[in-house]
Amino acid sequence: MLRLVLAEDSVLLRAGLVELLSRVGHEVVAAVGDAEELARAVDADRPDVVITDVRMPPGFRDEGLKAALDLRARHAALPVLVLSQYVATAYAAQLFSGASSAEGGLGYLLKDRVGEVSEFMDALDRVAQGQTVIDPEVVRVLLQQRSADRPLARLTPREREVLALMAEGLNNQAIAQRLTVTEASVVKHAGNVFMKLQLDPTEGNRRVLAVLAHLRGEAPPG
Amino acid sequence: MSTVAVWEALRRRPLRYLVSRWPLRAWAFLLGGTVWGFLVLLGFAALLFVGLGLSVLGIGLAVLMGAAVFGIPVAAAERRRLRLVEPQPLLDPHGSLPGTGALPWLRTRLRERATWRELAYVPLLGVVFTAAGIGFTALLGLSLLLVATPVIVWAIAPDQVMLLPGQAVEDPVAALPGTAVGLLGLLVAAYAGGLLAGAQVRTAQFLLSAREEDLGSRVIELTRSRARLVDAFEAERRRIERDLHDGAQQQLVALTMTLGLAELELRGQESAASPLIARARGEARQALEQLRGLVRGIHPQVLTDHGLAAAVAELALRNPIPVSVDIELPGRLPSPVETMAYFTVTEALTNASKHSGADTVAVVGRLRGERLVLLITDDGHGGADPLAGSGLQGLADRVAILKGRLIVTSPVGGPTQLRVEVPCSG
Repeated sequence: MLRLVLAEDSVLLRAGLVELLSRVGHEVVAAVGDAEELARAVDADRPDVVITDVRMPPGFRDEGLKAALDLRARHAALPVLVLSQYVATAYAAQLFSGASSAEGGLGYLLKDRVGEVSEFMDALDRVAQGQTVIDPEVVRVLLQQRSADRPLARLTPREREVLALMAEGLNNQAIAQRLTVTEASVVKHAGNVFMKLQLDPTEGNRRVLAVLAHLRGEAPPG
Repeated sequence: MSTVAVWEALRRRPLRYLVSRWPLRAWAFLLGGTVWGFLVLLGFAALLFVGLGLSVLGIGLAVLMGAAVFGIPVAAAERRRLRLVEPQPLLDPHGSLPGTGALPWLRTRLRERATWRELAYVPLLGVVFTAAGIGFTALLGLSLLLVATPVIVWAIAPDQVMLLPGQAVEDPVAALPGTAVGLLGLLVAAYAGGLLAGAQVRTAQFLLSAREEDLGSRVIELTRSRARLVDAFEAERRRIERDLHDGAQQQLVALTMTLGLAELELRGQESAASPLIARARGEARQALEQLRGLVRGIHPQVLTDHGLAAAVAELALRNPIPVSVDIELPGRLPSPVETMAYFTVTEALTNASKHSGADTVAVVGRLRGERLVLLITDDGHGGADPLAGSGLQGLADRVAILKGRLIVTSPVGGPTQLRVEVPCSG
């Protein structure tokens, strides 16, 4: 059971999400409608995970996303799951590059995903455990890019598949299962990905870095 | 400066001028103007004296204000009266009004230079032209009188009419020299009238006609009104985007969520409803995807939140042929410029993908001085005709409203390049 703070300005969705989360056994300690209330609720209730919408009052721009980043700066390693209506990778990039540390789970999911209850709950659990989750649709868009001057272009199709699954937050074992290969070959592919994307293996969570690298490389935030 | 018709007529051979209608028109103009100018002088003097006299009271200032704009109706009447001798009409120098009512009118008019030029014309008309007109009337009257002397002598009794003091004219024949002098006077009056009328036309052209500066401000006004229209259109797009986002999209998400819950309830049970619910959820998700694409086409939120570079990068991701994006800007651009640039790129990418047969497209954006310069180049077969496609025409219109320009170079065989330059300084 997780203790959650939920921020969503649509009353309809908020009520629905509370119901959904309660049914699967989580406790929603606060369900709020704007970014300020979100900050207050998190400070007061210290939840296990924060779920927030991107677009929130008063400006109906990216207030929810900014509030999540502020909360991460105040409460280190606070797991945050951002729900978004936008596939736009700029928002994901804003979330991942703005987060003060790679510690603590971070997720960016499309709102549609809440309909697939088991997938959604799985993602929520992984974020709570400190993993990184990016919506498969966003990952698909990222990997679809065909520009020739990107390091991503140097990856083989299999390496891309591995990167996509890493981006979604799966570990080597899960990736091996998905692709029906051995875990050893996943490790080999992952190594190639890190090398080709010129990632320093000593620096933090390499999986997160791999995701960040191509998010940053393609859609610079701001 | 434009020509003066009556002066042009004066340059003709003497007989042609004299037998034309020009002398009569000039005379009618000058005689009418003398009376009219005198009335204007009286009116203006009255306003001025009453205004100054009462200036200690509030009403006096209002009267003086009236004196300040007195030139406007006078000038309007003058522009009509000039048509008597000048076929080329003068352009009204005043701009359009921001609203109705006396106060906006007064405020706008007092700010216009044309108003003050017209005021300067009032004393010229009232004093200088009237005085000249009186002199000219005297010349014309005396000449006519001299010409008519024989008739007068014949009609009235002789001994009563004197051409020279103390010397009565005895009979009509003796008055003939006077007639000759009178005819000479008429000849002089014909030329003097033409010259004088021409001088007044020239003065009016100088003071009462629209100048470059007046027209310039009107062009700005026109551009502004078009820009306002574009802004209103843009606001409407955003409203629609927001309505869809906050309404239909959320409803659909809620629907998929409810269907997800229903699935959860049925989990582990053998039910014929399960596959139906799964299908409904799939259909709802497709509807959401379509709606998302639609909303993006109306006004992408990422443009509002992250600016042009990020929004174009997103566009590039979705484009069927590869696009390299190289947009480096020091900061956010004015919102109308961003929107225009975004939709320009959208249109250009669509064109390139559909018609050009290109393999790659490059989008480059930089700020050069105060101007956004956007280059969209494809390696297709070229031959794009800006005049044929309504798409390019529409783009050019959008760019023009922001006082920018769109240059299309597309030689047959390619490559096709769109160059957009838009000023970003407000």
